[in-house]
Amino acid sequence: MAKKMKLSDLTSMFAGMDVEALEGVTIEGDIEIDLGGLGGGFDPMLAAALGQESAILAQHFARLAGMFGYPVGIGAPAAAPAISPALAAPKLKDLIPAKFDVANIAEWTTQIQEVPIGNTSADGGSRGKRVVVGGEKALPFFPDAPMPNRNQVTIDVFDMRIGLAKAVKENYDEVMDSPGEWAKKNVEKFNADMITIHLISTDPLIKDTPAKEAAKTVEEVLQAVDVPIAIGGSGNPQKDPEVLARAAEVAEGERCLLASASLNLDYAAIAEAAIKYDHDVLSWTQLDMNAQKELNRKLMKQCNVPRDRIIMDPTTAALGYGLDYAYTNMERIRLAALMGDDELTFPMSSGTTNAWGARESWMVSSPLKEDSDWGPREYRGPIWEIVTGLSLAIAGNDLFMMMHPTSVAVLKQITQTLFGMIDTEQVDIAKWIGAEV
Amino acid sequence: MKINSPLEAYKYLPQTNCGECGEATCMAFASKLIDRSGKTSDCPPLVKEKKFAKKLAELDRLLAPEIRQVTIGAGEKAVNIGGDDVLYRHKLTFFNKTKMFFDVADNMEEAALVARVKQIAGYKKFYVGRNLLLDGVAIRAVSNDPVKFAAAVKKVAEVGIPMIFCSFNPAVLKAGLEVAKDKNPLLYAANKDNWKEIGELALEYKVPVVVSAFNDLDALKTLAKTFAEAGIKDIVLDPGTYPTGKGLKDTFTNFLKIRRAGIMGDTEIAYPIMALPFTAWMAGIADPVSASYWETVMASVFTIRYGDIMILHSMEPYATMPEVHLAETIYTDPRSPVAVDSKMYKVGNPTADSPVLFTTNFALTYYTVESDLSSNGIDCWLLAVNTDGIGVEAAVAGGQLTADKVKDAFDKAGFDLKTAVNHNTVITPGLAARLQGDLEDKLGASVKVGPMDSGRLPGWMEKNWPPKK
Repeated sequence: MAKKMKLSDLTSMFAGMDVEALEGVTIEGDIEIDLGGLGGGFDPMLAAALGQESAILAQHFARLAGMFGYPVGIGAPAAAPAISPALAAPKLKDLIPAKFDVANIAEWTTQIQEVPIGNTSADGGSRGKRVVVGGEKALPFFPDAPMPNRNQVTIDVFDMRIGLAKAVKENYDEVMDSPGEWAKKNVEKFNADMITIHLISTDPLIKDTPAKEAAKTVEEVLQAVDVPIAIGGSGNPQKDPEVLARAAEVAEGERCLLASASLNLDYAAIAEAAIKYDHDVLSWTQLDMNAQKELNRKLMKQCNVPRDRIIMDPTTAALGYGLDYAYTNMERIRLAALMGDDELTFPMSSGTTNAWGARESWMVSSPLKEDSDWGPREYRGPIWEIVTGLSLAIAGNDLFMMMHPTSVAVLKQITQTLFGMIDTEQVDIAKWIGAEV
Repeated sequence: MKINSPLEAYKYLPQTNCGECGEATCMAFASKLIDRSGKTSDCPPLVKEKKFAKKLAELDRLLAPEIRQVTIGAGEKAVNIGGDDVLYRHKLTFFNKTKMFFDVADNMEEAALVARVKQIAGYKKFYVGRNLLLDGVAIRAVSNDPVKFAAAVKKVAEVGIPMIFCSFNPAVLKAGLEVAKDKNPLLYAANKDNWKEIGELALEYKVPVVVSAFNDLDALKTLAKTFAEAGIKDIVLDPGTYPTGKGLKDTFTNFLKIRRAGIMGDTEIAYPIMALPFTAWMAGIADPVSASYWETVMASVFTIRYGDIMILHSMEPYATMPEVHLAETIYTDPRSPVAVDSKMYKVGNPTADSPVLFTTNFALTYYTVESDLSSNGIDCWLLAVNTDGIGVEAAVAGGQLTADKVKDAFDKAGFDLKTAVNHNTVITPGLAARLQGDLEDKLGASVKVGPMDSGRLPGWMEKNWPPKK
């Protein structure tokens, strides 16, 4: 009858007893002493004692085996190492002290341009505050250099009723016919740092609202709130330059952000309006770092837009719908800027609302039977917008154009936490394993 | 990786251009080694011939990723973590996307525990032609009772999904190991109090182990170094994950510093990092939806910045869906576009009256067009033309999308415009408008130019479909 016993079993058997030598051990049947796999609580003194006993036993066996003509010396070497207490001792004896140290990134030499938006009375405008974006000397939230300006959120307002995801719309339904009321709600109720007014009704294919009339909407919003504002066109490349120029004129001296100059429209007209009426320009390109460089260069060299009036929008693709490209594009732009590419050293803005285009954010349920349950879309949409924005915040984005109030609140909470603005009581995380959840 | 040019790798290869690896030349094979699309074991002479043994060993050492790769679990569901070589994904891409383990407690009712484990193991979300999945189960020893813990482990192990054993008590972890010896679970965790016992367990059972020191990188490195010297190779680092405020900022900073040190060559701390978004549930957030949101936010931060494995709690779809999507996003190779199969797809239930459209096989383009059509209830035929995974505009400019290629794609799909539909009409993307004349000649069909953005297809269809005779 073979009975296997491990050395560790013997040690636990004798644990607490002051054993120095084993005497009168009776052996019945075959014995195999396994010297590998020494468990926890192993006593080296006991092991040494056992080892000597084993070695003696082994010698006995070897002699016996020799007498009977068996091959000799197979059992003995297996037991022999146990004679040495050094080998039998546990491998972990003392901590080997180590100091952690890591250098800062030496290649980051260039600071991102700081760009102010909004003029207060001191600056010749009527805004109650101004926001400043940019100024980083390291990737966002990295310890290499402090980030001088936190992320800012501008909440969208449209100049006409538009189709919105249900979860978004229910927050705005009663103000959607009045851009001024809409803007007010964004600031007072949803804590917007800025307002973006999108003049989409000017699109010839929508309402073809004349530029002059659209400009009145801008005036309405400027009067309704005192935060800085961004002014967006309809995206129609023929009409936008005219609409934005007119809006710039009525907003003279307020340092608004004109959205957007792009390569497929008369960017020079937008740049000219920005310089003439004291505004900033949003330089928008589509997921292409080289196009972004080209447009920035044209704005600076051809149109003479000062550096502190340019913000870039390198395009936001939603989570699951190209965020991988948007993320990489932004991170590459920011890294190139920090390493001295002066055609890219500008703060960045993201149309984070694009997240609402992802079907996961608005569709009632998955169109695919095989998918696990998607759950209620009311909860899916906001987190889709948050994760899209948060990813880009970490890649280098400074200004967020957003829509859902919950998304705004959570994005602000996390970016300001990483910025170091938020202090809370420290949680005792050592207890996490036993936490009741 | 200690080397970064194919030329350096080439020095260690047989240089015979024998072609056994499937590449025409050793140099071509060398570049596959450098971009990690090939392994040294793909070169038979290098592996088989004794005279190359030294070179093989040296090459393997040079090619080893800066961050150690650790395997958790056994069998086909085993997962790899770590293995990264760069701090920024565009430089090489990240490998081994962040693994998501969801918790169960060992004091749960058996039925509830089994149901939850099955839910974790069975989760899937379709994305770009595949399913996004969850990776494993973290068993928390809430009871601190070895018998109860072992019982829970036994139940979870039956489902066959990788496991993390969570306890600071060696007796509890040992009990778990005894009932799941061959499952290669990850032990959580060795800390300043129990490191000897836990380290011995890791050695005895040959399993990966987490070393844990909250917000103390000296102590963390000390533990990792001590373990490594004792012969423990598969180490995971837990610098502590604080859920809010300055604590969370410190945690973020710790992750950055650890990964930077590892990539820059400090081998004593070049191990995968564990994040615990789970701690969101300890932050005193009363409403479970908000707590789930916060857990997702923490998971997102550490998916992007160097969390290789994480333990989470919320299985609400609004929490897990963005988490799995983001991990996929961050670990997609940004250097090569994702493509779909080039073939004819049915959107909805198309008939002989339905429109026929084509687009490129760039996954993002294809799925965008497809969802624009299907979500608007447009039944149609959608052909994905092989453009090597390049979008419409760039493919037209670069010659990957031409009338010939479109005709080729129709032919290969076995779709005859004259018999399969009764209108003999094709709709081209607006961005490929210049192909119209050429297409009409090649296909012998009427070609209509669609909108520049597939988002405008519904409006376009209203005006232009069915085609006027």
